[in-house]
Amino acid sequence: MKVAIASGKGGTGKTFVTVNLARSHMHPLVVLDCDVEEPNSNLFLTGELVARHRYSIMVPQVDGDACNGCRICADTCEFNAIAVIAGKPLIFEDLCHSCGGCAVFCPQEAMTEVPHEIGTITIRQAGTVRLVEGLLDVGKALAVPLIRAVKNYEKSTEGRTILLDAPPGTSCPMVWTIGDCDAVVLVAEPTAFGLHDLQLAVDTVREVGIPFGVVINKDGLGDARVAEYCQEAGIPILGKIPHDRQIAQAYANGDMVVDSLPQYRRLFVQLWASIEHLVFSKGGSHG
Amino acid sequence: MKVAFTASGDTLESAFDSRFGRAEKFIIYDMENGTFAVIDNGQNFQAAQGAGIQSAQHVVASGAQALVTGHLGPKAAKVIFAAGIAAYHADAKTVGEAVSMYKSKALKPMRDADVEGHWV
Repeated sequence: MKVAIASGKGGTGKTFVTVNLARSHMHPLVVLDCDVEEPNSNLFLTGELVARHRYSIMVPQVDGDACNGCRICADTCEFNAIAVIAGKPLIFEDLCHSCGGCAVFCPQEAMTEVPHEIGTITIRQAGTVRLVEGLLDVGKALAVPLIRAVKNYEKSTEGRTILLDAPPGTSCPMVWTIGDCDAVVLVAEPTAFGLHDLQLAVDTVREVGIPFGVVINKDGLGDARVAEYCQEAGIPILGKIPHDRQIAQAYANGDMVVDSLPQYRRLFVQLWASIEHLVFSKGGSHG
Repeated sequence: MKVAFTASGDTLESAFDSRFGRAEKFIIYDMENGTFAVIDNGQNFQAAQGAGIQSAQHVVASGAQALVTGHLGPKAAKVIFAAGIAAYHADAKTVGEAVSMYKSKALKPMRDADVEGHWV
């Protein structure tokens, strides 16, 4: 079972829900932190470092002697990553999507693909939780290839449950994270901004066609419009986490709420049951 | 000598566009005889990414030896300077005004990009 924890708005509690769900699961499981621009599950899921390696994408390199400046590479590139000036290609690695088209179509065979580092993948073991995290280098713009590399670790997870901490927003990084999941949990806060961005996220998840439900975090803050919207739109509310100062304190201390505030353990155990219901009964909102 | 100006319309009366990569048009003004040609940059106006690079290639292809614009990002600057084109910063209301400023040598040359790149 593969479940993504996502939201439209940032700061609604994706990581909070992810790490506490992970801790309250009965069996060993895997957390993939796909929020590669700001991965922070590691602040809570602390543990032994298992492995760490740099991640590279392939980008073109020009052999200046072989190149005759024909411009086919620049015309092939759909991403405007190559300009040919004074008979020489200029390559903009930041814009390259590693499609390899320029190398394939170069009549002079002057283009070769070489590795270009964009981030780091770190694997930790925090108790029964295996955490795989991607961290994009500062100044790099391409989150999706690194997210794909993090998700590639699914293959070695031996059928264990996988939780994916998704990046905020509804653009490519979020869509790639949730793409092949069995269910999506959308974490929303009951405010005007929370409702607005939840609606964007709902539109996105419906388009992708995955069962989903909503967790209302900081319930009691703001108003009831998020709950009313879910009811009207036929979206199951999987759980409500109260707006409780104790939770904020525990979180700010880097503690797991399910450890330090046992009264909330039940909430996360019930949330697991709701998620399983969503996956196995396909009873969620499809669209 | 031809000079490229970023414009939002087809005439010298049209507004000077301070943006380079996503300028709507380029007016290529011939300093010798006072005539000009217009290059439509609409495709890059809407480009998802790399608008500055493509726009810079338009300017290079136009044969212009100088560029007058508001701001230049790092990727566009790389292409412009690689082509040996001189870039000037202007703070003008119309293209005609920018042309006069260029003629009276009132414009500051740009040695490098003056704004950061941005991501979609």
